[in-house]
Amino acid sequence: MSQTAGSRGNNLDPWYDSYAERTSGLAASEVRALFAVASRPEVVSLAGGMPYVSALPNDLIRTAFDEVMTSQGPTALQYGSGQGVPALRERILEVMAEEKIRASVDDIVTTTGSQQAIDLVAKLFLDPGDVVLAEAPSYVGAIGVFRSYQARIVHVAMDADGLIPEALREAISAQRAAGRTIKFLYTIPNFHNPAGVTLSADRRTEIVEIARQNGILVVEDNPYGLLYFDEAPPPPLRSIDPDGVIYLGSFSKTLAPGFRVGWAVAPHAIKEKLVLAAESAILSPSSFNQLVVNRYLETANWRAQIETFRGVYRERKTAMLSSLREFLPELTWTDPAGGFYVWVTMPDELDAKQMLPRAVTELVAYTPGTAFFADGQGRNAMRLSFCYPTPENIRVGVRRLANVVGRELALLDAFAGSGSLRDTEPDRHVISPPPNLG
Amino acid sequence: MSDKQPHALVLAGGISHEREVSLRSGRRVADALTNEGWRVDMREPDASLLPHLAEGQPDVVWPALHGASGEDGALRALLELQRVPFVGSDYRAARLAWDKPVAKTLVANSGGVTPRGVALSRDTFRELGAPSVLDALRASFPLPVVVKPARGGSAQGVSIVRDSAGLARAMVEAYTYGDDALVETHISGVEVAVGVIDLGDGPLALPAVEIEPLSGEYDFEARYNAGETRFYAPARISSVAATKAAECALLAHKALGLRHLSRVDMIIDAEDRAWFLEVNVLPGLTETSTLPQALRADDRELGSVYAALAQRAIGDFSA
Repeated sequence: MSQTAGSRGNNLDPWYDSYAERTSGLAASEVRALFAVASRPEVVSLAGGMPYVSALPNDLIRTAFDEVMTSQGPTALQYGSGQGVPALRERILEVMAEEKIRASVDDIVTTTGSQQAIDLVAKLFLDPGDVVLAEAPSYVGAIGVFRSYQARIVHVAMDADGLIPEALREAISAQRAAGRTIKFLYTIPNFHNPAGVTLSADRRTEIVEIARQNGILVVEDNPYGLLYFDEAPPPPLRSIDPDGVIYLGSFSKTLAPGFRVGWAVAPHAIKEKLVLAAESAILSPSSFNQLVVNRYLETANWRAQIETFRGVYRERKTAMLSSLREFLPELTWTDPAGGFYVWVTMPDELDAKQMLPRAVTELVAYTPGTAFFADGQGRNAMRLSFCYPTPENIRVGVRRLANVVGRELALLDAFAGSGSLRDTEPDRHVISPPPNLG
Repeated sequence: MSDKQPHALVLAGGISHEREVSLRSGRRVADALTNEGWRVDMREPDASLLPHLAEGQPDVVWPALHGASGEDGALRALLELQRVPFVGSDYRAARLAWDKPVAKTLVANSGGVTPRGVALSRDTFRELGAPSVLDALRASFPLPVVVKPARGGSAQGVSIVRDSAGLARAMVEAYTYGDDALVETHISGVEVAVGVIDLGDGPLALPAVEIEPLSGEYDFEARYNAGETRFYAPARISSVAATKAAECALLAHKALGLRHLSRVDMIIDAEDRAWFLEVNVLPGLTETSTLPQALRADDRELGSVYAALAQRAIGDFSA
């Protein structure tokens, strides 16, 4: 019998009723389909977060590859330790020392990108219904992980200086008053994705103290800390309270995401469980990739390479902000001191998700603000990435975006007084761009 | 054509809102033709396409391009200018079908039944004032109504408005996909899609495929997430309704002068009437699309049908 739909019908997925409840958000969506257009060269994509790896000399990597295969071939091609290659973990100590983190090699677990570290931490701590506190907005990839463990994500307000301590206190009180269990605070203190802001030094101390007083673990995600434009950000939370913070680092932005090498630094007992959870998930991270990254760190001037990246992204951020000032002066935006992203806030009546089809028609793409909230906030906001397009294309993209905003405002103006024009439901499905979108 | 391996160029992707759907359709067509022994290339319609075609033509082009430039007839016009055989309707017919209000009018003029509707540009609302235009719509169209972009597919920008307050939002959503929108009476009944193929003996209506989305609305997510919609092929409708559905599909195919293949979306109401909604000159051919299901329900192999359609296109061009 062919797969025809007979009298019983056919839903084209015989296992549809077998999926776990936690997979409910894993579905194609209209918005995500629009991102497919953004991969065309005609479209200026300000949507994705791909690092500009073309600024990385090929020779540096090729040399590291060759040397690994020449001197460590059998090891590179073999299973490795679930905790990661010891030599690389030594090097990671040097990288973290740049940000004033002191740790032991034994505290570090290398992972398949820091995304896997987020997943492992969530797996260790989250039962369905547990609360994760996260900034408003927060990293879409972390929201997806927490949702997959059926956690309740509670957003905590932030401003130009990052997470607001008083808002954190209030959120903790409110959740506890509601009888909910808070498992950890997930935070991105430096050059926040997507908000572009940095947590001030004073607030770092205060946030750590609030967490300590309330017995709440902190998960500090810091993929961008070394990519500052002028001044290094204040020391990480981990440097203030090593016993209360799990720190996540990554080579995806300071080297290249294709290696998929990140790491977690955790208090001893947690680290032990992280290693077991990692082995259970993937046995071991790629030995080959870890050894290549290790060789690169050993032989190349990686600090100079990071300085090169800083220059590239500084120029692009400048292009982004000057274009916004020129073409969209009526909007407001953050001014990041590093990293990849600007958070743009539009007038209340505009809905960035609703506007995206028009933007794609005008050959520009961005990520709607709602992607970065678990609760439907962010409708009048968008994340613009300046990491991948050239400064010239950033200018073209923002100019096109201004046309889109102008036409949308004219449309809404025509319908003024006609009742609510906005969809108020939280997004049911993943609406973030795919990771390989520039 | 000689005994040499036939060569098809499948065009998929493009910069329309339906790019992803097009890529999925294109891959399915390419796989099916490859399995039939064809040499198949797949490429994007980009700046290198026309020079590529000028250098060395394939035996046939299969434009698996949904949305603007694929279904609006523009690319087909260029293929005709370059005298390249291609599968599907010519550009004149494609342009008529692409515009939903035009297609409805032509079908109605040929004796078909289609929901009462009105096409309005966004400028209409600006010039006449949205409140008064919305009031006029509310007075003329009892709820629920369907609001959709006048052009485009995959249910993008489509809303079913069940309460008066939602009409303005539905209009705004439709206008984000284009400058013209169609408002039409919502017909309650069984939603079916009827494919039409013409392998050389004239257009033939395939069994109607009934669409039963779990959410109640056959929106983008219901269309392209396997499991979200239950399909019945053939549809669970009376033989009278099945006949009327086939007649409606063939009427639309002929009234618009379509060629090779099409798919007509319609509603079968409680009185077994077949209400024409829209016609697609490039029916979706993805894993979850209805035309492939209709072919299987008719005991046809997708590959042999696609190959026959491609051969038909080559034959039409030589004739």
